[in-house]
Amino acid sequence: MRSFAQAPLATSADQQSDSGAEAPAPPRPRIRLWLVCHRAQAIELVLGLFSIACCVAIWQLLTSNGVNLYIRFENIPTPAAVVQSARHVLGSAEFGDHVVASCRRIALGFVIAALVAVPLALLMGRFSVVRALTFPVAEIIRPIPAIAWVPLAIMLWPTNEESIVFITFIGAFFPVLVNTLHGVNSVDPVLVRAARCLGAKELAVFREVYLPGALPHIFTGLTVGMGVAWVSLIAAEMISGQYGIGYFTWQAYALVDYPGIVFGMITIGLLGLGAGWTIRLVGRFIMPWGYER
Amino acid sequence: MSPCADLAAPADCYPTRLAQKGRIEVRDFGLTYVTARGVIVAVSDVSLTVNPGEFVSVVGPSGCGKSTLLNALAGFLKPTSGRVTVDGETVIGPSADRGMIFQHYSLFPWKTVRQNVEFGLKMKGVSSARRQATARMLLQLTGLQAFENHYPDSLSGGMKQRVGIARALATSPRILLLDEPFGALDAQTRLIMQEILTDIWHRWKISVLLVTHDIDEAIFLSDRVYVMTAKPGRVKAEIPVPLGRPRDLAVSMSQGFLNLRAELRMLIREESLRAMGSEFDADAVESISASLSRS
Repeated sequence: MRSFAQAPLATSADQQSDSGAEAPAPPRPRIRLWLVCHRAQAIELVLGLFSIACCVAIWQLLTSNGVNLYIRFENIPTPAAVVQSARHVLGSAEFGDHVVASCRRIALGFVIAALVAVPLALLMGRFSVVRALTFPVAEIIRPIPAIAWVPLAIMLWPTNEESIVFITFIGAFFPVLVNTLHGVNSVDPVLVRAARCLGAKELAVFREVYLPGALPHIFTGLTVGMGVAWVSLIAAEMISGQYGIGYFTWQAYALVDYPGIVFGMITIGLLGLGAGWTIRLVGRFIMPWGYER
Repeated sequence: MSPCADLAAPADCYPTRLAQKGRIEVRDFGLTYVTARGVIVAVSDVSLTVNPGEFVSVVGPSGCGKSTLLNALAGFLKPTSGRVTVDGETVIGPSADRGMIFQHYSLFPWKTVRQNVEFGLKMKGVSSARRQATARMLLQLTGLQAFENHYPDSLSGGMKQRVGIARALATSPRILLLDEPFGALDAQTRLIMQEILTDIWHRWKISVLLVTHDIDEAIFLSDRVYVMTAKPGRVKAEIPVPLGRPRDLAVSMSQGFLNLRAELRMLIREESLRAMGSEFDADAVESISASLSRS
């Protein structure tokens, strides 16, 4: 018994020395403390802001001087003109509708893709029959870019709205499918045996081992899928949309509103960034054991 | 729950509290694989018994089929010949009645320490409150109560394996199967873990079958040790360990221990060299053997 009691003592002491560093933190010089703890992040943040500023500065130099070196910047709007246009556009109610329309389409197409692709891939990874039945079809369809589906989608679906959601769905579907499949295959078989030894039946093994084991890969797939879905959405909106940020950008070109084009592009970029962050945030919330390490 | 009752019992009452259940019987067990190169006999004609409440080890050179035997007992492999029974029932698949502890811990990384320990009970449909109570009791027993909400990644190897032991015990299995459980730990931690394991076995009087390549570990922990041959795996010898219990570290200096160790080393060395002989040519084995005995 004596040695038995020693073991936990020794290990808990080890653990304390680890966490002890942040416990006695004086609350006053907060910013300085943050800088000490997150030095690398602070440097990264400063460098990031600097690089963005550089890009804007180069943009300003090229456009305000109307540089013409094979690539022509004469008709490209200056940052100031884009800000001006942004002020004007943000004031109108119509712009909000465009953003909402795009977000709704991406949310629908993306969520449906995730809801179909994840369970299908889990089944494909788990049962070779399902895999043999579906994988060849998936492999043939996968290389077809979502944009190539536009004509067929217009014929397939009764409304334009539905065909755009379909294009978004196609864009998101395959990255999610392939990554989830990879995730299921990468689950350690010993963990499956451990679960079986503890009395887990097929369904429980699925829920308790394969699904959480594949989650990091599922989220990689979701991140990639969101990117492709976004690309597909904008393309589809430019071709056949009546609303949406892709339509807005294309319309600005048609109306010779050059600052509007750039503002549309920046909006597309920011919305895509926001979508990616949202997925990462959800991933962190769902996987508190820390898959990113 | 029976584990609570077991824990409440004073530790020194163990000689009179012999467990009624947990008899492992392996009769003429054989396992052959069919591969492209032909039929490979992994294990052949292995017979062994673990009496209720007994601690038995299987030692042997690598490739002797120790793990195959254990996997058959766990229910992951179907024997090609012979019978594997626990309390007279033929093993047909994995079950929570047979707790298994793995070399690389095999904790679920997405579950906290307590959720890992609760897993078997959750599979049994035990209510969350009772699961929690049992898990807390087991974590206290293994000295991990402060870490119940930690994820396995943040624990040391020794702590992980204590979680593995607690998890296997949670469903009150009749037997415990250990597959090189401390092989991945450093020497100091291994000794402590061996004492923890002895202590738990001592309190619970659970039948244990341990597979290891560590001779000292086998002697220190076991009532009996089986030595296996390599390629194909057979039982070469059955050695009783007549050392008194409870055992502490001093026992490993005793003459009885040293004699057993010498005997087991001889037996396994023969097998290791024989196994190597099938991989290398005889001259190479001779020279290795000669240089080893010189040093």
